[in-house]
Amino acid sequence: MSGSRDPLAEPLQGALGLTQHELDEIRDRLGRDPTPLELAMFGVMWSERCSHKSSRPLLRTLPTGGSALVAGPGGDAGVLSIGDGLAVVFKLESHNHPSAVAPCQGAAAGVGGILRDIFAMGARPIAVLDGLKFGDPAEPRTRHLVQEVVRGVGGYASCVGVPTIGGELVFHPSYGGNPLVNVMAVGLLEEHLLTRTAAPGPGNLAVLFGSTTGRDGIGGASVLASASFGTDDPSKRPSVQVGDPFAEKLLIEASLELIGRGLVEGLQDLGMAGITRAVSEIADRAGTGIVVDLDAIPRREEGMEPFEVMISESEERMLAIVGPERLEALLEVCARWAVPAAVIGRVVDDGSVTVVTGGVDAEGLPLPGAATLARLPAAALTSGAIVYERPARAPTHRRQAPAPGAPASASDRLPERGMDPGAVLLSLLSRPNLGSRAWVTTQCDATVGADTCEASERGAAILRVRGTRKALVAATDAVAGVAALDPYLGAALGVAECARNVAVTGARPLGVTSCLNFGNPEKPEAFWQFGEAVRGLGDACRSLGLPVTGGSVRFYNESPSGQTLPTPQIGVVGLLDDIDGRVLPPFRDADDVVLLVGEAVPGLAGSEYAALAGIVVEERLPSLDLAREAALQRFLVAAASERLLASAQDVSGGGLAVALAECAIWSGRGASLSLRVSAEPAVELFGESPSRVVVTCTPRDLQRLLDLARGHALIVEVLGVVRGERLTIRLVGAGATGAAEERGASVADALECTVADLRHAWEHALPRALGDEAFLAASTDGAVG
Amino acid sequence: MKVGVVTFPGSNGDRDALHAARLAGAEAELLWHETPDLHGCDLVILPGGFAYGDYLRAGVLARFSPIMIAVRDHAAAGGLVLGIGNGFQILAEARLVPGVLLRNRSLRFEHRMVRLAVERTDTPFTSAIPPGRPLRMPLAHGEGCFYLPDDQLDALEAAGQVLFRYAPPEGNPNGSLRDIAGVIAAGGRVCGLMPHPERAAEAVLGSDDGLLVFRSLVESAAMTPATVTRAPTVR
Repeated sequence: MSGSRDPLAEPLQGALGLTQHELDEIRDRLGRDPTPLELAMFGVMWSERCSHKSSRPLLRTLPTGGSALVAGPGGDAGVLSIGDGLAVVFKLESHNHPSAVAPCQGAAAGVGGILRDIFAMGARPIAVLDGLKFGDPAEPRTRHLVQEVVRGVGGYASCVGVPTIGGELVFHPSYGGNPLVNVMAVGLLEEHLLTRTAAPGPGNLAVLFGSTTGRDGIGGASVLASASFGTDDPSKRPSVQVGDPFAEKLLIEASLELIGRGLVEGLQDLGMAGITRAVSEIADRAGTGIVVDLDAIPRREEGMEPFEVMISESEERMLAIVGPERLEALLEVCARWAVPAAVIGRVVDDGSVTVVTGGVDAEGLPLPGAATLARLPAAALTSGAIVYERPARAPTHRRQAPAPGAPASASDRLPERGMDPGAVLLSLLSRPNLGSRAWVTTQCDATVGADTCEASERGAAILRVRGTRKALVAATDAVAGVAALDPYLGAALGVAECARNVAVTGARPLGVTSCLNFGNPEKPEAFWQFGEAVRGLGDACRSLGLPVTGGSVRFYNESPSGQTLPTPQIGVVGLLDDIDGRVLPPFRDADDVVLLVGEAVPGLAGSEYAALAGIVVEERLPSLDLAREAALQRFLVAAASERLLASAQDVSGGGLAVALAECAIWSGRGASLSLRVSAEPAVELFGESPSRVVVTCTPRDLQRLLDLARGHALIVEVLGVVRGERLTIRLVGAGATGAAEERGASVADALECTVADLRHAWEHALPRALGDEAFLAASTDGAVG
Repeated sequence: MKVGVVTFPGSNGDRDALHAARLAGAEAELLWHETPDLHGCDLVILPGGFAYGDYLRAGVLARFSPIMIAVRDHAAAGGLVLGIGNGFQILAEARLVPGVLLRNRSLRFEHRMVRLAVERTDTPFTSAIPPGRPLRMPLAHGEGCFYLPDDQLDALEAAGQVLFRYAPPEGNPNGSLRDIAGVIAAGGRVCGLMPHPERAAEAVLGSDDGLLVFRSLVESAAMTPATVTRAPTVR
């Protein structure tokens, strides 16, 4: 051991974020002082992002079982069987802080990292979905971040040949200093190729392949991901990893060929904390140990310190465990794909991660004269890492100050205050959060792979499974506006909405992944938000019968301007047994009957309408009945399988009116509808209460559909028919004509817009918000040249 | 009909093109970039992607790949070659088809569903397409703006070498001069096309128009043995 130097004298300890308490704990566990290298290894592995030291006790409460589950949390990503010997592999990850510092590179590297989680298990990555959150789109910095992040995620995925099929783009001022870049990756696995992220078999070799190891991303996990943000700090730029999609593409092909040919015993991607994490996790999972031959690690620059080599987060690297007899074949495959590979260690049976310089022999023992720089129990770095029971405290004051000029009372009767509800609808469609996403989707390749049936602007995307009748359906959503007021409800709503988005296609939701983006866990109020969200996530998943198969937690989403909205990003995958039975949102045929399934409950808090109207209505959050949500989703799957649905659309952002407008815009068809409204028409028209869908059917199928809905104890209202080129919603009931006329108000008693006007508002929203009118000019003329 | 699809490191449309060729009834296999051997294929497809990373300029490195020696010989002998997306960029860099592909006018990556007007149906690439029938298929690239000086464009059009043009209502998304989306070489046996017919080869993907391109090739190969080097009549 070369641990003669006093670790406390090392500036490293502070730089890597270890506290005095943690240092004491390390000394207790080792029964000695750690060496400088060991200290660095603990520093990164005990960082929040690697160890989940604050979140682990709560994450254990999540439901993880299920009949389709092949592998749950613990591997790199969740694996769910879809029959025919196939399984879907999926996970949500974030790259928030790197994207704030170097938006294009940071976001790109995020895509690379999550893809490695997928193919490390033997699955071919088949899709990504992006959950992007930014500040005010009018700010020049936001515009720059949006453009660069979109370029980063879109460009990387396109180059590695994985389609970007959906996601969401949300603007809220709280994300101004700390954008969120969450990426969900989906892979398709032949089950017999499922590969363990473990290092079994003492005597096997550890082979590092892919890019060489450099100084990029040193301490990325601890420096960037585990601390709050200062202002735009160039000193953090060296902590950002630089992505090389071409290298990743070669890595994907080489890894899948190695797995397909049965050449590896285990495979592990390198991400946060680099080699340190890879070797300790892969050894700990197998109950073995690894001796790392430090000198054998290929480097891209001279003079790197041992700790730099061991914790570097250089992108596009993988670690394979291979039997000595297959080494030559493995090296041949790597050479064919021009991927550098080197034996960097040996599997041993002592449960330790040992780092040696000066050479090791065939048994993994240091050669004479070699020095052991670190020798740590693998478990102490990973499964047995330090855990904190953080104090949690509900915020005493949750009210936001009302916007200047906002109504003092919770008036949510906008249509009755003399405003034309059609004008309100056009205003909502013009909002950057609700308008067309074409500005983003045209910059991302959605069709490479030739499996994309429906790429989605909003809602779920559909990928056929080649060689079967089946299709995979995927969506990602977050309901952060509500989570800010009630994190339990916000997380549960996110699960409900995301699963509903999958179910409206007719697909059976299979499982959930999440990326929980929260503030500083050392602050009791932020930690309370996190705990509530985990509780909401768990309850919603249990009620809907969905396992949480994996995911990630990202704390410290704060900047000098404050904490971001607590954002539980949810991802759901589902399975369509017959792709021909898929149901899409656009209206299909004239004279189809339009129905609303589910009913509006009072509450406009957290809605786009409330934001538009400047109303602060915090006490009235929409309530969620999880049993009814489950019934609605069962109904959707049953109705689709009986081929009763001509179209189906989730009611979410912007409420029923926006949902109907989208059906009209996407189909080019109008509708003539009547809606019973209460005393508060805004609730029915623009409220975002959950567990509602708009469906259409042929007149012939109407009775069967009504019976099916009632059989699921759901409330159904026939709204009208698909017809013409206008969307007309007559308001009937207490809240409409009568009440308004009695007061003598000149109020529109119908919402009426041409589909062309709706489309115009919707198409212009995002480019206008980002100050990029040129995009529209190019799109609408067609001929640019 | 035997089809070979070249896998360059960085190709990402190779398996898609292989699948589409098989759907059209061809026998198809992947060819490796380092081996200058086409395994007796009648048609060579250079697929979409980012060959060798395309960090310098799209297609510029792939042009020097060993298999391009065989592709060049194949083309010189009147063999069929189809370059799709990145494959078109490679063919253009290799001077096997006319024109250069500049960065898109928008300076952004563009992914859109486009509509193509087919200028001629008397070529091996278009013979199965009913005259006047536009083709819908996706396009996805950062460098697809077709450029030639005006006089050369005039000559290209006069020689009937413009095979596909972007058509309304979607129009021209990359700024290509004269809306050119695809061209053929003077002999009529080598074609470069920026949009992706292999991604529109099945109705379940939103369009099966692209399959018509592959069917054309399979049918024309059945009529014209690969050993016969007969170019279509140039107008």
